[in-house]
This record gives sequence, structure tokens and C-alpha cells, in this order.
Amino acid sequence: MDATSTFGHSATLRSLAGRVAIVTGGSRGIGGAISRSLAADGAIVAVVGVAPDRERTAELRASLNGSAKLVHFYEADVADYPQCEAAVRNVIADHGRVDILVNNAGITKDHTIRKMTVDEWKAVLDVNLSGPFFMMKAVLEHMIERKYGRIVNISSVVGHTGNFGQSNYAAAKAGLLGLTKTVALETARAGITVNAVAPGFTATEMVKLMPQAAIDIAKSRTPQDRLGEPDEIGRVVRFLIDEGSSFITGATYDVNGGMFM
Amino acid sequence: MFEGRVAIVTGGTRGIGAAITEMLAKSGAHVAAGYSKGKEPAEACVARLKAEGASVSCHQGRVDDFNDCQRVVDEVLERFGRVDYLVNNAGITVDKTLRKMSNDDWHNVLNVNLSGAFHMTKAVLEHMIERGSGRIVNISSVIGETGNIGQANYSASKAGLFGFTKSAALELANKGITANVVAPGFIATEMVKAVPEAALAKVIEKIPQRRLGEPSEVARVVKFLLEDGSSYITGAVYTVNGGLDM
Repeated sequence: MDATSTFGHSATLRSLAGRVAIVTGGSRGIGGAISRSLAADGAIVAVVGVAPDRERTAELRASLNGSAKLVHFYEADVADYPQCEAAVRNVIADHGRVDILVNNAGITKDHTIRKMTVDEWKAVLDVNLSGPFFMMKAVLEHMIERKYGRIVNISSVVGHTGNFGQSNYAAAKAGLLGLTKTVALETARAGITVNAVAPGFTATEMVKLMPQAAIDIAKSRTPQDRLGEPDEIGRVVRFLIDEGSSFITGATYDVNGGMFM
Repeated sequence: MFEGRVAIVTGGTRGIGAAITEMLAKSGAHVAAGYSKGKEPAEACVARLKAEGASVSCHQGRVDDFNDCQRVVDEVLERFGRVDYLVNNAGITVDKTLRKMSNDDWHNVLNVNLSGAFHMTKAVLEHMIERGSGRIVNISSVIGETGNIGQANYSASKAGLFGFTKSAALELANKGITANVVAPGFIATEMVKAVPEAALAKVIEKIPQRRLGEPSEVARVVKFLLEDGSSYITGAVYTVNGGLDM
């Protein structure tokens, strides 16, 4: 634990020992990096994911050393509100509290608007936008009661700029920014902060699924001419959920190698 | 974490600047804190931090004068051998409604708050480019996002930093240098405490978190952006304002 500076706030990040974090989609990619970062600083990490993520979470645990025992898996499809409620209830029953919620789970179903089906539109909005709404709704009473909470929603550079073939994804990621600000306003006096992190193109499976030509275009549109690493996104999330970041709310923190509006 | 590194913080001996100076120095950097007037308070600030084990120097100069900026940068390079971080924090207010704002009121604020950042960036740039690494953080304000009655000059200068910083970020993206903005809300400093009590109460009422920020809360965002691990963050605007810009 760091000593308090003469200005009354800790100068550096504080330990997360005793804190409980929910990370949706936290078994791999950016979510995996977030889970690792929080567990490394002592938080209990409840990964919320769909059935295939159980195995992935086991793999994540296996890749950690001392902090492996801090990582747990709870199955829930965030597009379904009752499942979100049940997962949060179970986390609180097992670990006594929830301090941190990171809405990271996201999917893509890319097509130009002319080829995109209504189902593809809806599926991406359900997971990427409704999911965060449902999860926030599920944790909020608890956080308000305890007068403490840190919520981070993972948006995307694409939410600022749009992207060819991603009308559903871009709409969800942009929508997440309005959602973030609204919930931040509604919870500002309850000791809760709600912020968004908007990564650029990051070296994860989601991006590697893109056609190589599209990946090359993404890199060439990035002034730093490279993809981001999941850990580079993870550390921004880690910074925002820190106790010392209490004056930051309703913010969107970009991390995109210069690929901005 | 910043051992062996050197930071220049303009306006670094008071308010938010002093908090930035303190945080970076206590993280191991040598901090060259700039000031324009107030030699005694500046030296007192340095003495206090040195007594706490930090490595700090203060340097007199006016950021609205490019020659002063070059002189101070040269001084720092001469004495400390390098500049890793530039924090353009120096800023003034001359608040008037448009109808009462003189040309001088306009230009003075633009010259310090916006041109000052340009002058200082230009003064350190060749060095940073030669070394293939550097971090520039420009201190803007929530007022740059929202505007404010009586602050046409201040808000223009602070908003101007957004465009300036993004351009710098684009130009320097392949040179190992990042440029970002931190935009604080209302922070408990002399500048804000000078506001009459009734007016200040009204200001606080507008802040969703109903409190002013502490200078150290801004300093830690600056520090985060300067860290080695933040190299993918460039051209960004990181706000810290208790919810004020929504």
C-alpha cells in the first residue's frame, strides 16, 4: 500500500487486495489482459463469459502464477438480463462484494449495410451495447448501497470514426459512450465512476479474424503504424478503476496509436 | 520509475504545476520547474521538495517569448543533459465578457496558454527527435470543451491545444514521441480559489460529483501518460473533471 502524499491522495496506484472485479469476456484478448492486470494487483477477478470461455479461463489461470487462484469463472450470456442478474448474485454470494465492473465482452458480425441481416445487426447490439446496460443494472444497487464502484466500458476507436463493414459494431461502440456518460451522471454522487476506454486496433483474435488486407489497412491508418497490445489497453483500465481515480468520470480514454477522429 | 529522466514543467511551482512537479520528482525524475514571476515562492517550492528528497530546479522565463523558452531548454540540457518529458502547464486567465475584452486581454491569454505550448514544444523538439523518444503533455481545461461566460480568450486557448496536440501527435507518431492533452475540471488551486465564494458555490453545484478536484488528481493522469507503457496513447484528451463536461 502506498503512503498518502502531502496532497491527501496516493501518488501511485493502490493495491487491489480485497477488491472484487467482474470482467465480462475476461478470458482472452483485451479482457484477458484486464483480468491479468487486476489479479496481479490482488483483486479477485470474476470472469463472466459464455460456455467456451470456461476452458479459456482455465487456460488463463494456468498462465498466471500466484494470482491464478484469484480468477474465477461465471457463465452468463450478457445479452440476457436474467443471466446477468444471476451471475452478479452468484459473485456476491461467493465473494461478498463487487467493487469493479469491466464491460469488455464484445462480438463482431461484419457486413456492409447492404448485406447485413437484421439478425446480425441485433446480435451485435445485444451483446456490445445491451450487455453493458444489463450488467450495470445488475450491479448498481449493490454499488450504490456500498457507496463505491468503478465501472469501465470498453468502446473502440470505431465508435468515434465508424468503419467500413461495421455499422452494427460502430453503432454499439458509439452508443456505449452515451450510455457511459448517462450512468456516470446518475451515479456521480454515490462514489461511483463510469468511464469508457476506446482502443484502436489491438492484436487479439477478434482483429486477427479480419482479412489480412483489412488488418494492413488498419495498421496503415494508425500513425504509429502498429497494432496495440492487449496489455496497453489493460493498463488504462487498471488506471481508471484505481481508488485514486475518483475524480475521473464520464470520460473516454482513447488508446489508439494516433488513429483518432 | 522515472529514475534518470528529466522533465520540464512550465508553471511548475504553483497550483496544478506544482503537484505535477512533486509527483514526477517523487517518482525519481529530475524536474525543471518553470515560473515567470514570483522568484521567492518558486525557490521556496524547490527548497521544500528538495528537503523531501526530490530532485528539482526552478527556471525563470516567459513561455509567451520563444527566446526565453529556448534559453530555458538550453539551460536544462546544459545542466541535466536531457529532456524526456515536457508538460506545458503554464496558463493565465484574464476574464472579461467579449464586449469588455480588449485586444490585449485576448492576445495575452492566447500567447501564454497556446503559443507558449507551441514555443516550448519547438524548443525541445529537435532534441527529442534526435533521441527518438519523448513525451509531451499539454494541460488544457474542461473550459476548452464547453466554453464559459467571460472566458472567450481562455476557452479558445484551451480548445486550441486540442488541435495543436493532435497535429503534433500525427507528425511525431513515427519518431517515438507522444503528445496528449489532460483536461482538468475545476481544481482547488489559487486560480479557482480567487473566485468569489457565492460564484464558487454555483460552480460546485454544476459539478456532478459536487466537489473540486485536487491538484494531485490531475498530476497522476499526467504521470500515467508519461510512463513508458503509455506509448500507444497519443493525440488523446484525458479528462479529469468530476463529470463536468457532460
